[in-house]
Amino acid sequence: MDLNTGFRDPEVAKRLIDSIAATSRTPVKIMEVCGTHTVAIAKNGLREVMPDSITLLSGPGCPVCVTANRDIDTAIEFGRVPGVVLATFGDMMKVPGSYSSLAREKADGRDIRVVYSPLDALRIAADEPDKQVVFLGVGFETTAPTIASVIRQAKLQEVGNFSVHSVHKTVPEALRALVNDPEVKVNAFILPGHVSVIIGLEPYRFLASEFGVPSVITGFEPVDILQGIHMIVQQFESGRAEVEIAYKRSVAPEGNPAALAILEQVFEPADADWRGIGVIPGTGLAIREEYADLDAAKRFQIDPPEVKEIAGCQCGDVLRGVVLPFECRLFAKSCTPEHPIGPCMVSSEGSCAAYYRFTDYGRS
Amino acid sequence: MQDRILLAHGSGGTMMRELIEELFVAEFGDEALRRMDDAASFELPAGRAAMSTDTYVVSPLFFPGADIGRLAVCGTVNDIATSGATPMFLSVGFVLEEGLPVEDLRRIVVSMREAASEAGVRIVTGDTKVVDKGHGDGVYINTAGLGVIPDGIDLSGSYAKPGDKILLSGTLGDHGIAVVSTREGLSFSTDILSDAAPLSAMVAAVLDAAPDARCFRDPTRGGLSSALNEIASASGVCVVVDEASVPVRDQVRGACEMLGYDVFHVANEGKMLAVVPADGADAALGAMRGAPYGEDAQIIGEVIEGTGGRVYVDTVFGARRIMDMLVGEQLPRIC
Repeated sequence: MDLNTGFRDPEVAKRLIDSIAATSRTPVKIMEVCGTHTVAIAKNGLREVMPDSITLLSGPGCPVCVTANRDIDTAIEFGRVPGVVLATFGDMMKVPGSYSSLAREKADGRDIRVVYSPLDALRIAADEPDKQVVFLGVGFETTAPTIASVIRQAKLQEVGNFSVHSVHKTVPEALRALVNDPEVKVNAFILPGHVSVIIGLEPYRFLASEFGVPSVITGFEPVDILQGIHMIVQQFESGRAEVEIAYKRSVAPEGNPAALAILEQVFEPADADWRGIGVIPGTGLAIREEYADLDAAKRFQIDPPEVKEIAGCQCGDVLRGVVLPFECRLFAKSCTPEHPIGPCMVSSEGSCAAYYRFTDYGRS
Repeated sequence: MQDRILLAHGSGGTMMRELIEELFVAEFGDEALRRMDDAASFELPAGRAAMSTDTYVVSPLFFPGADIGRLAVCGTVNDIATSGATPMFLSVGFVLEEGLPVEDLRRIVVSMREAASEAGVRIVTGDTKVVDKGHGDGVYINTAGLGVIPDGIDLSGSYAKPGDKILLSGTLGDHGIAVVSTREGLSFSTDILSDAAPLSAMVAAVLDAAPDARCFRDPTRGGLSSALNEIASASGVCVVVDEASVPVRDQVRGACEMLGYDVFHVANEGKMLAVVPADGADAALGAMRGAPYGEDAQIIGEVIEGTGGRVYVDTVFGARRIMDMLVGEQLPRIC
């Protein structure tokens, strides 16, 4: 296995960088909407090798970052129910809610456990039958099918002490909200490769057909990303607007029918509250009625406190690409990865964390 | 002797004495230890002494390429070696968990003896405690070490100057990935071995070739990134690493990809960084490559002017980015 050839070959990358520079004439703002892209672009320094005409912006692609305060407060309340084990992906632990965070709740003695997979949460339920395990379901179309299959498995096995709090979100309609937002000035999208493995190409079609925004489904290796940008620039300069796939080794136009089927079986579209963007109709995934007994929100009566936003934090604007991370007044001053204030600095995939870790913008 | 550690092995009575005599004294075999006095006494050569201590809590106790015993000797030996000192004496404190198979402890002790003999250090004093089952994780080991710095050697992380070259003695990330590969739930097949090794001979060889070397660091927890960031910050300079010249095994690179790790953050237990003035860099590199465990050594970067103590990486794509320090924990209990 040689990972420095193919999708990382510096020579191939160099040719693409040269070709992008030779092709791009009109200024274009390209937004990526996947945290993995955010990190890959920063870590490989791709922003720095772009010609002046190209601005790379990060959008709402980090599932941890777009989770609204209300949803974090709710998760915290589940964790406070006596006898409940709250199982969560590790990235959620440090995200501040209105008054607390899961990490702080754990330090206060709540039973909050980090798992790598929802199956681990189901295993905890089997191993500890006297506990009620609530799994915090966070993520986009990429993670949601796995969680759907675990919900189905729990139903089939009649696991009585397992439930899921679903704050999953779906991507395409959030992109519509962005292009409709007059503050957001984005000319093209690098579309998320992993999400597209599941949903395919069709759900993004409106970006080109209704809004004339060139959009390319892109993989995650440096050469993949450069190829995606190259295709966007070619579309832009030739006056085309299409949804194309630069990640054909993984993404089929129709997506993954099996994953889509299980999503459809377990979840139904619902409104979702996105940090910084607000409620976007149809972008949430609620657990269907026939699986209602596995819905934590229906199993436990909880009463989350009134939401309090974080003073001075501009994560909402950062998530829309309206403010660059280092333009936030808190960036690298009171808000750092060691002492994060907003979720974009907490999450390893957050755009503030990516800027802080890999660039020296905003620091003297 | 019993086949498992019992609470009585830490009681100060006959069972403890039996354990010490039949296992620790028999295996370590040092004359100072054999006298069983409360304090070891020995002659110390003239000069400035260097002292260091570290505690080892790695889980699992045995992992590909090494074990907690080898780690406990090499880690402290290497910490002393970074000062330029010749490591000479070690103390060993064991915290044993009730129920630990004595055979496991013997394997660890033999491994310590072998590593100590390789490093040329004497294990001269020790301590044993036993904790209740469930209150430890088999074995924890503390070692403290003492060495003597040859005349004329003065090394410090605060001495790096613009123009100096950064040398790395071999491939990054082997130890961290070897330990992680054994963890439950993360098991994946690799034949990566921990690099745990004593590097005092290497440091001595580099100092012979480049006596004006500025400093040495063993990039353990926090990896290359923490070591370089500490040097840059202490010296008030910046450092640039050329990504393409950093040796990393393909399997380690692949495992890092899969687990989402940055190889610059992964721990090493048998690698040495050296900062040397440019005019001595080639001689230092030759000495490093000629020393045990140094055959893959490379010059990986240099010190540049700049405030703020930043460490940069020139990526293979021609961009310069920050080499960030690990925030929080990557994986606990790797050393």
